[in-house]
Amino acid sequence: MSKSKQEWLETTWGKAVSRFAPRRPRFESSSGAEVDPLYGPEDLAEWNYHEKLGYPGEYPFTRGVQPTMYRGRLWTMRQYAGFADAEESNRRYKFLLAQGQTGLSVAFDLPTQIGYDSDSPEAEGEVGKVGVAISSLEDMETLTNGIPMEKITTSMTINATAPILLALYVAAAKKQGADLAKVGGTIQNDILKEYIARGTYIFPPRPSLRLITDVFAWCKDELPEWNTISISGYHMREAGCTAAQELAFTFADAIEYVDAALNAGLHFDEFGGRLAFFWACHSNFLEEVAKFRASRRIWAKIATERYGSKDPRAQMVRFHTQTGGATLTAQQPLNNIIRTTLQAMSAVLGGTQSLHTNSYDEALALPTEKSVEVALRTQQVIGYESGVADVIDPLAGSYYVEALTDRVEAEAWAYLSRIEDLGGALLGIEQGFQQREIQESAFRLQRMTETKERIVVGVNDYVTEDEVEPDLMRVDTALGKRRQDQLAALRARRDNDAVKRSLAKIRAAASTSENMMPLLVEAVEAYTTVGEICGVLREEWGEYQEVMTI
Amino acid sequence: MADERPIRVLIAKPGLDGHDRGAKVVARALRDAGMEVIYTGIRQTPQMIAEAALQEDAQVVGLSILSGAHLELFPRVVEELKTRGVDDVLLFAGGIIPKADIPAIEAMGFKGVFGPGTDTNAIIAFVRDNAPQRV
Repeated sequence: MSKSKQEWLETTWGKAVSRFAPRRPRFESSSGAEVDPLYGPEDLAEWNYHEKLGYPGEYPFTRGVQPTMYRGRLWTMRQYAGFADAEESNRRYKFLLAQGQTGLSVAFDLPTQIGYDSDSPEAEGEVGKVGVAISSLEDMETLTNGIPMEKITTSMTINATAPILLALYVAAAKKQGADLAKVGGTIQNDILKEYIARGTYIFPPRPSLRLITDVFAWCKDELPEWNTISISGYHMREAGCTAAQELAFTFADAIEYVDAALNAGLHFDEFGGRLAFFWACHSNFLEEVAKFRASRRIWAKIATERYGSKDPRAQMVRFHTQTGGATLTAQQPLNNIIRTTLQAMSAVLGGTQSLHTNSYDEALALPTEKSVEVALRTQQVIGYESGVADVIDPLAGSYYVEALTDRVEAEAWAYLSRIEDLGGALLGIEQGFQQREIQESAFRLQRMTETKERIVVGVNDYVTEDEVEPDLMRVDTALGKRRQDQLAALRARRDNDAVKRSLAKIRAAASTSENMMPLLVEAVEAYTTVGEICGVLREEWGEYQEVMTI
Repeated sequence: MADERPIRVLIAKPGLDGHDRGAKVVARALRDAGMEVIYTGIRQTPQMIAEAALQEDAQVVGLSILSGAHLELFPRVVEELKTRGVDDVLLFAGGIIPKADIPAIEAMGFKGVFGPGTDTNAIIAFVRDNAPQRV
């Protein structure tokens, strides 16, 4: 005789919980939705395999974007790194490549990200702190010295100044003699999430969007292997939002970029295949797997139904994943190795194309070489020893995982439609909608930790007194002065007339719709600096003012 | 009652980093605890922060920083406050700050440094216990 889930809940389960109360009155997902104790066929009653999943490499790509997934090759192991100056960072990259890392990921310092040279007053105290300081082509040449730019792909976390850093990378590749048709990599180039959560904006939205579409258009012809944008949920998740909000806010941003590109006269399938995505991976293991799978299904629908895409490449969510920085604890830092391992495992089970695993000491400082090595080894152990990469999308068909994938997708669509009602991502930002939603979720999580509804091992339970902090990485405090000297020497040595001419051209183009990229390449080749270019554009375009939401 | 007037707190983000999750959570928690909280937003210079503290008549100034530039930026904020004659405020800090740096920060005049994982109730209690009285 067959019994329904409801009958089981009322009889066998009901009897058991009346004697032994569950650990918590309510179990929930990151968005606060209640999770049942058990999932079964009834939870997938309307579910259709071909419609919901299909096959890897085929629409709607739920099971993965490549037909062979990790049987062909493992994901790209790409550790985000960069600190001090170009020379130090170049050394770290060569170390990582020697340890078996397969792609580079460059972290820039805040002055570089916000368009200030290392010797500007705004940069004081910040030079080389959270990433590498790059002000000119000289720095970029040092950064990429001895790294074959045709063979190694590089991801650059750079947004407001992305077109300039891309121009620098291209100029350095040309000097190496690389064929630009073969130079691959990614720039983040996602300004909307800077306004929402990450904070390294410079210009107001309109000129910022214009720079982004200039990059799309220019790369299509000049740099065909380049991912022109990495539309990122990561930072919004780190700022506190839920898994479903992460998807929705990111896709809403994606829609804004696509619409801007269409308005600039591009066709979706021309640039759609060069759009990349960037997700966080937090600690709810199965919900995160479900999120990754749902993300592919959502974008496939947006690409085909909203934009009429005919090219499967333009319908795929190809994504990078980074484990959750905000889930790391300063207390008992070695526990972070375990957290990161679990998160990395969900990213792999979710079918990521590349992965950064955080180092255990990152709630305390920038990582040491030792901690970075452990983080990279974590990926290698998962890839080569655990067996999870041998079969494609191995959790498919789990009642719970499929029900959860459907739910995350439904919650994300609901948010997408709310943002649509506000007039799209940008108008939402201007009204503070996404920012407030993120703050609410962050505050809710904080409260749950303080009331112990949520246990964070080593933080609000299983606490150790008098912990000894591990050895931490320190950036040399003399760096700021050294950078000032380097830049002064460069400014004295270069052809300053050529610099002035290049800046005049950029100023003139700022108020037109001319593509900025060729002008930026020309400028950086004359050793015009990031700060000089941004200085001119700041004068022409003004600066974005934060929308206060608290 | 003598202490009926709510405590006025300025929460500020010096420097260039945009990590404002902690600052906003703390601002909200202090406000929910009945304090008057002014949040500056991100990317504030030491001058802007000191000016805001003066204009807003803050009794308490909390600085949040995650970029590692605390040893450079905190003394400049203290300096700018002094320049404006703001010398009776309670200073505290939060963010990614190595333990080894705490003595130096305390020597600048900060009474509390709160790292990741801090319970906001501890910050509320700290502010209540240490905020200078205003008449």
